[in-house]
Amino acid sequence: MLDATLAELSAALAAKRVSSVELTGAFLDRVRKLNPDLNAFITVDRERSLAQARAADAKRAHGDAGPLTGIPVALKDIYCTKGQRTTCGSRMLEHFISPYDAHVVEQLERAGAVALGKCNMDEFAMGSSNENSYFGPVRNPWDRRRVPGGSSGGSAAAVAARMAPAATGTDTGGSVRQPAAFSGVCGLRPTYGLVSRYGLIAFASSLDQAGPIARSAADLALLLNVMAGFDARDSTSLDRPKEDYTENLEMRMGGLRIGLPAEYFGEGIEPGVRMAVEAAVAWFEAQGARRVELELSRTKLAVPAYYVIAPAEASSNLARFDGVRYGYRAKEYSDLVDMYCRTRAEAFGAEVKQRILVGTYVLSHGYYDAYYLQAQKVRRLIAQDFSLAFEKCDVILGPTAPTTAFEIGAKAGDPVQMYLGDIFTIPAALAGLPALSIPCGFDEKGLPVGLQLMGEHFSEATLLGAAHRYQQATEWHKRIPKETPL
Amino acid sequence: MSLSHDQIRRIVKLARIAIRPEESEAVRARLSCVLALVDELRAVDTTGVEPMSHAVDVGQRLRRDEVSEQDNHAVYQSVAPAVQENLYLVPKVIE
Repeated sequence: MLDATLAELSAALAAKRVSSVELTGAFLDRVRKLNPDLNAFITVDRERSLAQARAADAKRAHGDAGPLTGIPVALKDIYCTKGQRTTCGSRMLEHFISPYDAHVVEQLERAGAVALGKCNMDEFAMGSSNENSYFGPVRNPWDRRRVPGGSSGGSAAAVAARMAPAATGTDTGGSVRQPAAFSGVCGLRPTYGLVSRYGLIAFASSLDQAGPIARSAADLALLLNVMAGFDARDSTSLDRPKEDYTENLEMRMGGLRIGLPAEYFGEGIEPGVRMAVEAAVAWFEAQGARRVELELSRTKLAVPAYYVIAPAEASSNLARFDGVRYGYRAKEYSDLVDMYCRTRAEAFGAEVKQRILVGTYVLSHGYYDAYYLQAQKVRRLIAQDFSLAFEKCDVILGPTAPTTAFEIGAKAGDPVQMYLGDIFTIPAALAGLPALSIPCGFDEKGLPVGLQLMGEHFSEATLLGAAHRYQQATEWHKRIPKETPL
Repeated sequence: MSLSHDQIRRIVKLARIAIRPEESEAVRARLSCVLALVDELRAVDTTGVEPMSHAVDVGQRLRRDEVSEQDNHAVYQSVAPAVQENLYLVPKVIE
């Protein structure tokens, strides 16, 4: 059961081969066994999860079960859960009990899914390695000396280690896709506006998007069906007809135009990553997909543009943490301003402070035009390049990240080296495009490689279909990390 | 580009983040390093390009001008560090 897909779990629940209480209990036992080592969860509340499982079993007994009813799903600890601790990986919110549920949490609960616990993450979703968590780093189930990626590192590690059949994440510049790649699982960043961010703690609001992490594209489709949809409480939520993302999974590959940007196969890519991705491209071609050579010459500008825009928005969003209305407050201070300054100094970690300071600087008088406005103009150029590219192709393929998972501490001293690792995930985020990562092989160290598929706005069904067809023919996504055997 | 210690003092003041004097050099070095990365943007010709402030070009949605929120002050204030008589308590600002 621990290794089953969501569809298989759903069938087992429907056939009464297992109850949600039994299933939830089995995953909770696995979390209890593995979490002391992997640190993928910050908060687990066994009784709370089992109560939801009992409710799901009752819902099924009443005959109103959906595909996710009774299935445990882990939540990144950036999703507010009512009456439960929601830390966002920060000392600032170490003891914060959310007074309400996030929209996605409500949707999952309505579908009968069981919230399995709150996953570890980089503080305020700022990071690419999960080393920036106040609650300690998460370890990669494929190699415990290595990072699982970030910022949704706990979610990805939990799914990889079969501690949860699926999880939620958030992706601002790659925080769903890159940890999915590093941890050998699947992750989808939906089109900006498709999933409501209500109740997600904000990092960079023009970029933040919620997405699912699971072990197959078919499972991502089931989760997206529940997560997507209009919500008036998020002003960027798009009011459009609901789609069934499972309908197109058996899509025809013949004639699919796959774009290959030269910049995604250039220097700086590890040989093991390149080989695995090129083999995947060859598979698509063998199925009748047509290869389209592309140039996305501004790709290298995406990282600098992002590291102006995201910190600028973060400096504004995180101004709310002032020790007055919620969260941490410094114990000693001389006056109000000193209370703000000490509260923020004591409760924010180094990376969060650094990004707030960068953001404050680029928005400050005399620098706004040169940095922030210029970055927004470059963002427009990057988005326009994608629009032109999608006139020539349906899907863009490439590596999710230039490397596989690196060792804990390897990049900690050099922020720029860490940032440059996001080069292939940031562009789609800047343009608001959907993109997903699926496993496409392993490097010579035995570490998983991620294949990224990017598409035009609202092309989730195409991306999921192409990924599903690939997974019907390959076994990469079925491998179990050797350090966490069943 | 490289920042001066005066600039660092100004930024941390604006950001309301206290730093100890001995941290100043490390903060300066790391910020300068990040700003050197983003300085690549300055060389890009963006004449006539409209800034892109959002990922999708949609207008602001409006709602009817009527009260739609419930009074949740008690539950929201239950997570505040210090509250008295429905008010958030902060250090005295005026002597």
